[in-house]
Amino acid sequence: MADKTFFIDTTRCTACRGCQIACKEWNQNPATKTKNWGSHQNPEDLSFVTYKLVRFSEVVSGGALRWYFFPDQCRHCVEPPCKDAAEALGYKKAIMRDAATGAVLFNQTAKVKAKDFEQIKEACPFNIPRYAPTKMVMAKCTMCIDRVSNGLLPACVKTCPTGAMNFGDRSQMLTLADKRVRELKAQYPKAQVLNAKDVRTIYLIIDDSVRYHKFAKGQGPAGMTRIMAMNKLISPLMRMAGLKG
Amino acid sequence: MTNHWIDLANSDCILIMGSNAAANHPISFKWVTKAVEKGATLISVDPRFTQTSSKANIYAPLRSGTDIAFLGGMIKYILDKDLYFKEYVVEYTNASYILAEKYDFKDGLFAGYNPKTKSYDKSFWAFEMDEKGIPKKDKGLRDERCVFQQLKKHYTRYTLDTVSAITGTPKDLLVKVYEAYAKTGKPDKAGTIMYAMGWTQHTVGVQNIRTMTMIQLLLGNMGVAGGGVNALRGESNVQGSTDHGLLFHILPGYLSTPSPQWPKLDDYLKRRPKSSDPLSANWWQNEPKYMVSFLKSMFGDAATAANEFGYQWLPKVDVGVDYSWLSLFDAMYKGKFTGFFAWGQNPACSSANANKTRQALGKLKWLVNVNMFENETGSFWKGPGMDPAKVKTEVFYLPCAVSAEKEGSISNSGRWMQWRYAAAKPFGQAKPDGDIIVELFDKIRGLYKKERWIFPEPILNLKWDYTTKGRFDPHKVAKEINGYYLKDVTIQNTTYKKGSLVPGFASLQADGSTSSGCWIYCNSYTDKGNMAARRGLKDASGIGLFAEWAWCWPVNRRIIYNRASVDRFGKPWAPKKPVISWDGSKWVGDVPDGAWPPLANADGSPNPNSKYPFIMKPDGFAAIFGPGLADGPFPEHYEPLECPVDRNLMSSQFINPTVRVYETDMDKFFTCDPRYPFVGTTYRVTEHWQTGIMTRWQPWLLEAEPQQFCEMSEELAQLRGIKNGEKVTVESARGKVTAIAIVTKRFKPMLIMGQQIHQIGLPWCYGWVHPKDGGDSSNLLTPSVGDPNTRIPETKAFMVNVRKA
Repeated sequence: MADKTFFIDTTRCTACRGCQIACKEWNQNPATKTKNWGSHQNPEDLSFVTYKLVRFSEVVSGGALRWYFFPDQCRHCVEPPCKDAAEALGYKKAIMRDAATGAVLFNQTAKVKAKDFEQIKEACPFNIPRYAPTKMVMAKCTMCIDRVSNGLLPACVKTCPTGAMNFGDRSQMLTLADKRVRELKAQYPKAQVLNAKDVRTIYLIIDDSVRYHKFAKGQGPAGMTRIMAMNKLISPLMRMAGLKG
Repeated sequence: MTNHWIDLANSDCILIMGSNAAANHPISFKWVTKAVEKGATLISVDPRFTQTSSKANIYAPLRSGTDIAFLGGMIKYILDKDLYFKEYVVEYTNASYILAEKYDFKDGLFAGYNPKTKSYDKSFWAFEMDEKGIPKKDKGLRDERCVFQQLKKHYTRYTLDTVSAITGTPKDLLVKVYEAYAKTGKPDKAGTIMYAMGWTQHTVGVQNIRTMTMIQLLLGNMGVAGGGVNALRGESNVQGSTDHGLLFHILPGYLSTPSPQWPKLDDYLKRRPKSSDPLSANWWQNEPKYMVSFLKSMFGDAATAANEFGYQWLPKVDVGVDYSWLSLFDAMYKGKFTGFFAWGQNPACSSANANKTRQALGKLKWLVNVNMFENETGSFWKGPGMDPAKVKTEVFYLPCAVSAEKEGSISNSGRWMQWRYAAAKPFGQAKPDGDIIVELFDKIRGLYKKERWIFPEPILNLKWDYTTKGRFDPHKVAKEINGYYLKDVTIQNTTYKKGSLVPGFASLQADGSTSSGCWIYCNSYTDKGNMAARRGLKDASGIGLFAEWAWCWPVNRRIIYNRASVDRFGKPWAPKKPVISWDGSKWVGDVPDGAWPPLANADGSPNPNSKYPFIMKPDGFAAIFGPGLADGPFPEHYEPLECPVDRNLMSSQFINPTVRVYETDMDKFFTCDPRYPFVGTTYRVTEHWQTGIMTRWQPWLLEAEPQQFCEMSEELAQLRGIKNGEKVTVESARGKVTAIAIVTKRFKPMLIMGQQIHQIGLPWCYGWVHPKDGGDSSNLLTPSVGDPNTRIPETKAFMVNVRKA
């Protein structure tokens, strides 16, 4: 199985939210009690039981009203900072990377302390990891690894009616992304793909990324925090001393 | 749809108006997106900037209920700038017909109006006939009494200034839309319209659609790939239920419901207009074969020539009485019903003026609620404002299976009949509808056999052999719908054995030797098998017809009126996307609208064996002038029954002069009233299905769209001191609902006749039963008044007030 990647073409997204619901269904994640909070975006944010969320954003761009939809999910980074952070904190098996697909996976049997989770979350430039304090477990998009390793498409991709959600071998997805940007550039000069080299969930957008979602392009310390760096630095010593892990 | 979903991808310009297809028909955007990526222009016209608008190249707002003004302006634009497809208009439409002397139009009224009955004498709208009884024509389109010149005259008033003042659409946007759409008047370009309940649910609903039909004819967009008039059906099988006679005015296959004006079968069979033009197929002249075959399906061996094949056993509708939804509930409110089966529906939420409907249910002796979940209809007696002690209606609840638990067919908007297998067994005591009907009818028939009740013949003589081992069998029904030979029949040297399935409706007979439950479905289940169950993925057409995938009525023709997609020689107007073409000896491509050769021979001489393309019209020509409707042969702008303006800028006829209002104490209407200053409209969301009966119980869907909301502009919110996410009360003359305010840039105040007018909108998918904090139906606000042709209620334009709750 080759290295896998999502390509999410937001120009084709109509916010039908089939992906959001299919994700819940496949993962058997329960619904949360929500209220209308003056937006169609619901639940308001990702959570321990919401791995995929279509974000809605109304903006005036160049004098015209735009309504952008952003099907948010884990980027499955090529070099995942969450994994580095977890390892630096001594959690060797909390976050794994599937060798065949490149999927970044949170181990559902690994207990993580709340304060450590905060650091792991902070390490993610895209604000993806979520946590259940009672279970002390982290959760996020799994790339539907159980489907993909059986030759099926991820549930969100399978259900998408318009071709906004795409999934396949990384090289094919990169080619597709490149083709779409070239097609759209004439009409939308800001057409761009986000972080194509560094992530396995590549978004195509046609406007400034913050107009879609604060964390669309990634924010904050993409590298390591001071504590993480310290931990990483000293971790071999600690391992040797048998103090942790 | 005259075309089908995949065909949207063939379009050069897609107008979505009266529909929010991206949200309510999500799969349509698979094909819309393909068209746009090939270079098509996507236009969204809607009072609110929707998910559809977010994908459009051009978005234009308009005030709800002013579509005819908007489209009438487009007709004027096309005519003024000479952008119509002249050859198509002259050869295939009635634009050249000469109108008889009596036709006239003055100040909003057509000739023949009777103010007492609020109806027209349509004989005033006739054509001038020649000595053979064929309409007189001026193919030069210059005669001032010809349809084309009268059309021009009629829409002279629809200037950009007047249209903009009525609709609130800025003039530059009107021109942008008109210009983009009119480009499809070029022979090889196709424009399509996708519309839904945003057009039908008005007191001018039918005329909204007719205006667009006329535009499609002027631009030569009917019958071609990527064209057509495409109704996006509101439920997955609305097309099928209409085909099979769900509505009161039609039997299966669009045969009229019998009426005392045709006391004998013979009167019924002779009622269709004749044509003396040898080039007119006048397809409805075959109706006797379809009606007699239908009667044979109904009554089997009991139907004989001697007893008019049981014609007298069919119920008859009284002349001038309509039995539409609104009228039935009006009668129920007046206490004229004993009992009511609410089968797979939720009128307490889905019905316009839902308060009247809920009260009407309390006038019944009994109510049977056949549904999957408890709902506001079955529980009306304990609903808001009801005193259970005072309601005498006895309610029975029959749990039924969901669609995925039943085998059978679904006919989609594109007329495809697709067979489904049962994916699961029904839950608990729930039964498939077919089984419930079988048990019910067996019981009724048993009682009729035992008791001496009046008029037992229809019940006792009904052919009723649709079970296998006591259970409803959908295959037996599907075969009966197709039809059988009832005796050995020889047609053109081929003998068809008694008991074999009829291969197509051309083989049906009027002598009782064939049966067919719905003639347009004849050919769907033949000796070759169940055509609807086919899953062939080959597409020989190159334009996405996929002729071997399922089956499409009529006779697997995927694009109807396709003989208009070619010129008189049979050459496609659009050679790169041909629907059919004449190869010198036969048609290739889609199943043509009749196998006759093209109108002209290769040398240009007329071919006497040909037929005009619009075979369902008596004269074979498409109707730019349409003398069949209740409210006029040309669409005319009238204001909605409730509107924010005190006059109609087009004429002194304020509202549609043929609209009839109901007159109970619960039919209240306030127009141009300062207490209800804002235009209201209703719509749906992707997450909920109709009144939400199925989806409100589905936690994931409820999580995504949990509560009744009211969308409004930032300007209106400021005016009323409402903040985003706050609870508001929306009120009309008929009721009120509470909702969460969604304050949005997607609604904007409009400038209507010099005044700033606000519009708001609410979905109608909530109800008080579940969830408890979800809010109630927005149909508590909507008016119980309907289109004069269809009686579809005007739930898309009415007047409301909104304030902080």
